[in-house]
Formats: sequence, structure tokens, C-alpha cells
Amino acid sequence: MKSPLIEFIDVKKSFGNNHVMQGVNLSIYEDEITVIIGKSGSGKSVLLKHIIGLMNHDSGKVLFRGEEISSMSRKKRVEFKRNFSYMFQENALFDSMNIYDNIALPLTETSLFSKQEIKKKVEMRMEQLEIQGTSNKYPAQLSGGMKKRVALARALITEPAIVLFDEPTTGLDPVRKNGVHAMIKSYREMFGFTAVIVSHEIPHIFEIAQRVAMIEKGKIIFQGTSEEIMNCDLNDVRIFISGDGDFLE
Amino acid sequence: MITKSIENIGSWTIEMVERTGRIFIFLFTGLVHIFTLPLQIFKIIEHTWFIGTKSMVVIMLTGIFTGMVLGLQGYYTLIKFGSEGMLGSAVALTLIRELGPVLTAIMITARAGSAMAAEIGVMRISEQIDALETMNINPVRFIFSPRIVASVISFPLLTALFDVIGIVGGYITGSLMLGINGGIYIYRVSDSVVMADVTGGFVKSFVFAIVVTTVCCSQGYFTHLQTRGGFGAKGVSFSTTTAVVNSCVLILIFDYVITYLLL
Amino acid sequence: MKKGMVEFYVGIFMIIGIVCSAYLIIELGGVKVINRNDYRLYAYFSSVAGLKKGAGVEMAGVEIGNVIAITLDTERLLAKVELGIHENIKLAEDVMASVKTSGVIGDRYINLSPGGSETTLESGDTIFNTESAIDIEALVSKYIFNNEEKSADKK
Repeated sequence: MKSPLIEFIDVKKSFGNNHVMQGVNLSIYEDEITVIIGKSGSGKSVLLKHIIGLMNHDSGKVLFRGEEISSMSRKKRVEFKRNFSYMFQENALFDSMNIYDNIALPLTETSLFSKQEIKKKVEMRMEQLEIQGTSNKYPAQLSGGMKKRVALARALITEPAIVLFDEPTTGLDPVRKNGVHAMIKSYREMFGFTAVIVSHEIPHIFEIAQRVAMIEKGKIIFQGTSEEIMNCDLNDVRIFISGDGDFLE
Repeated sequence: MITKSIENIGSWTIEMVERTGRIFIFLFTGLVHIFTLPLQIFKIIEHTWFIGTKSMVVIMLTGIFTGMVLGLQGYYTLIKFGSEGMLGSAVALTLIRELGPVLTAIMITARAGSAMAAEIGVMRISEQIDALETMNINPVRFIFSPRIVASVISFPLLTALFDVIGIVGGYITGSLMLGINGGIYIYRVSDSVVMADVTGGFVKSFVFAIVVTTVCCSQGYFTHLQTRGGFGAKGVSFSTTTAVVNSCVLILIFDYVITYLLL
Repeated sequence: MKKGMVEFYVGIFMIIGIVCSAYLIIELGGVKVINRNDYRLYAYFSSVAGLKKGAGVEMAGVEIGNVIAITLDTERLLAKVELGIHENIKLAEDVMASVKTSGVIGDRYINLSPGGSETTLESGDTIFNTESAIDIEALVSKYIFNNEEKSADKK
């Protein structure tokens, strides 16, 4: 069995009296698409933020290639983060910059590409995501779906090895949803990147996922392949997947 | 009961120390990153446009009226001693030593400082600052450093503008309206002001630039850490108000301290 | 806002700001620059209360120099004032220096009254005839307590 790329070992995190993670154990493998599902507010985004070190855990370990993330030196952390892109739930586009500058930002600020090269890359991404012609607009002038695609373009512009998606398809129409899923899938096939996706698109997301993990009450209650989760007989998992909660309870 | 209140004092102290420490680290990081390559020249120009150029009209407006009211008040006070000829000195010294730097700083706080706090606060709550972090862009360098340079450029220049316009305002009331000899007014202005007054005014505006920018930017930047004003949009509005109030209070406190040290 | 326009307006702002600063610094602040061609004279006073460095030195109401330094002569316990006098002004040896006040409550300055001697003072010389600052408080108290017996410390 291969060793995991990112590993959570008994990770705990609380905000005051709100214990979001109560001993999370999770393994994420290289070249795979790992999907994290769970109820809203069950700590999926918090988990994702721990991977890239945006939040620090209270106890336990978060390992990247066997190395604890929170104890990395500053220099190492910069190197480490270079592997990643993060797509935020609310897009986190810079509203004071136009779309072109938004997408180009990761390159203009940190890389040594020339202006022409950056322009070429940005235009290529914009074309792929069908957002041409918005270059001079501002995020506030775009629809929700458009913003999502701009955020996606920005996340992929650096050609990262690992991409963390926090609900990449909310607010998109069904056609574009599948488009995004197909794009993530084809990207993985082309470049072999690792993706961690927090998603509510059940069951469509299972088609592109290699691994699925479900988080519930601060713990990972299920971890396995797509087929395994479809056939899982854990009560919580079955209810969540079919959407048949007993709401009168 | 007693242990509870002692606990409260303790937690309050710890919070204050933490907050102060945070702001100083923030300021220090911002200052260091002014000089890290590549220099953010265009962003500095952009913020100078926002803080400096766009404040010119409001500074001229407040400057001219401040000067005019000083002329008016000064005239009626000085005429009691028969020394209305001293009006030029009174207006120029008040403006250059005190009112110029202080009122300019307060006006810029109201115009640009509040905008800075709100803008950065929104960036924080909409995760834009986190996004910068994930892109390996130092958010303090990206957000704060160009603003502090722009402020350090803008504050003294706007203060100089305020002073000059204010002296003109004094001339308008004193000479054109109340009939003091214009030549004497101008002579008194240049005769009574010495280099120390001018440099003192510049020192003040320089310090105010750093104080205002640091307070406003850090309030926005750490919006998510305050809990008193609520979260989200409410948190941002709370941070903006706090930023403006704290800036104005600190301007007056620092004004006193600098005056004390310079005299 | 176009990039070029931003730069243009910032440019205008900078020019206006710098012109105002220059006016403050050069026109208002820089009046009392000490001229390097001035020559130095010294004068001893028993009191120079209120006199400041940079104050004017006048003769017949015309400014002919500045006070450069005020120190205490530790041996004689007198105030030693260093004066910078414009090059082209020649002063007689028996010129009299007195500390005066412009108006009743105005600034202190040094007034030089011309002497009659043929010999002129050179740089580094000392003025012997001096008159100290008038102590207004002493004058006032003298006037108020006129009837009382007192020892006036007039020099």
C-alpha cells in the first residue's frame, strides 16, 4: 500500500466551546481525487483549511509527505504552499481588481514570467472556462456562476500539483456543474494532480472521485471508494446520501 | 465574586497586551516589506491617488475655512490689545504648529482611513486575505506596505497644502474683509514662523501618517479577531468605526506628546 | 480609472504639495538662515533673560545680524552672547550693545548704538559696553511697592 500524501492523525480543533474536529483521521493519496462530504457546518471547510495551514490544529498531527505542517520553517512553508491552490467557497476574488488582474495575480506576484507569457496563460484559462470578454470587468459585475469560474481559473493558473476545492460547483447550472466536474477529471488525467473536493453534489461527484470521506460530528465516519460508500450500510451515511433525513424528529 | 472580577481584569490585560503586540508586529512587518523586491511602485501610486489626490478638495475646503475663522477670531481678540497687526503671526503659527497637521490627519482619517478599514475588513471576511496567503503572497506586504508609503507621502504634502490655504484664508478675512494692511499680514507670517515650526509640523504629519494607517489597516485586517462588534458586515462596520475613533483619539494624544517633546 | 490618468493626477498632487512645502520651508521657515560671511563678535551681559538664539541684532532699527549662540561664562558668571554681524557693517570699538524688547511684550533682540571711536571691531573681538535686559517684573514691583524700603538690584 502506498503512503498517503496528506495525513490527518487524531486532529482536534475547537473554536471556544464549538468542537469542530474531535479526532479526525484521514488519508489523502497522490494523483487521486478525494471527495469530502458531510452536513453543512460539520467542519469540512475547516478540515480543508488545515491542509494548507490556514488554520492550526489544537492537537494531533497533519502530515504532508510525512512532515508536520505546523512546524515547518517559513521557507519550507513557502515551498510547500507552492504545490497548492485553494478555491474558496465564496470565491474570495479581489473586488478592487478587474477579472484579468484577479486571474493573473498568483503569477504576477510570485513568478518570474514575462507579461506576455502571463497574458497568454490567462487568456488560455479564460477560454477554457468560457469567461472571455470579462477581462476588464470587476467581480461585482459578474453573475455567481461566472465568479465561480473566475475563481477556478485563478486556482488553476499556477498549474498546481494539489488543488483544494471548497464547493466548486455551488451556484452553477447543471450543465456547467458537470462541465466543472469533467474539467477536474480531465485535468487529473492530463497532469496527474491531486484534488480534495468538498462537495454536496451527490451522487454526481462520486463519478469522478477515487476516494470519498464523510465527516460527521467532528469525526470521519467513513472513508473508502465511491462504490464502497454507495453500498455502505452505516445508518448516518445512508441517510445522508439518499437525503432522507427524518426532518420531523 | 472576587475571583471572578480578578479573572476579568486578568483576561482584559492579556487581551490588551495581545492586541498591542499584534498591531506592532503588523506595523513592523509592513515597514520591512516596503523594501522587499519587487517594489510595489504602481500600487503606491494608486494609493497615493486615493489618499492624497482625492483628499485635496476636502483639505482645501477645510483649510480655507479654518484660516478664515482663525482670522476672524484672532482679529477680535487682538484688537482688544490694539495689536491686530499680529494677526498674521497668530494665524500662521496656529496653522503650522497645530491645526494644519491635526485637522489634515483627522480629515484624511475620515475620508481615506475609514475606507481603508472597511475595504480591508471586507477582504478579511470574504476570505480574500486567506486567498493571498494560499497564493504565497504576503498579505501584509500586499495590503499594508503600499498604503503606509502612500500615507507617508500624502500626509505631509496635504498638511503643507492645508497650511498655505489656511494662511490665504486668514488673509481673506483679516485683510480683505476686516482691513488689516495686507503687507503687514504677510510680513508677520514670514517673520514669526521659524524653521522649527515648519519641521515640527512635518514631523507631526509624518507620525500621524503612520499612526492613522496602522490603526485603520490593522482594524480591518484583524476584523475577524474582534468579537464585540459581531461578525460579518456588522463586524466590518464596528471595525471601521473603531478605526476612525481610535485614529482621531491617537492623533490628539500624539499631537500632545510630540509638541511636548519638540518644545 | 486608467493607469495613465491615475499617474497624471498623482503627479499634479505631488507638484502642488511640494510647491506648498517649499513655500513653507523656504519663504516662511528659512528667513533666519545664518549667513556664512558674517563675522563674529562677543558681548557679555549680566542678564539676557528672554533672548533666544537666532534673535535679531539691530542698529537704528535695521537688522544687521543675528544672535548665534548664548552661553554662560563659567568664570565670570555672565552671559556670553555670540553675534554674527553682516560683513559690510563696520562697527566702532565703543559701540554699545543692549538687550531690548520690541513692544511691551514682544521678542527680545539686541540693539547696537553707534560709537564714536576711529578703530573698528574685527571678527572675534568683544563689545565692552553692554546693557542688560530690563527686568519688567522688577520694574513693576518697584513701582507697586514704591513706598516700601527695598534694595533695588539695578545694575
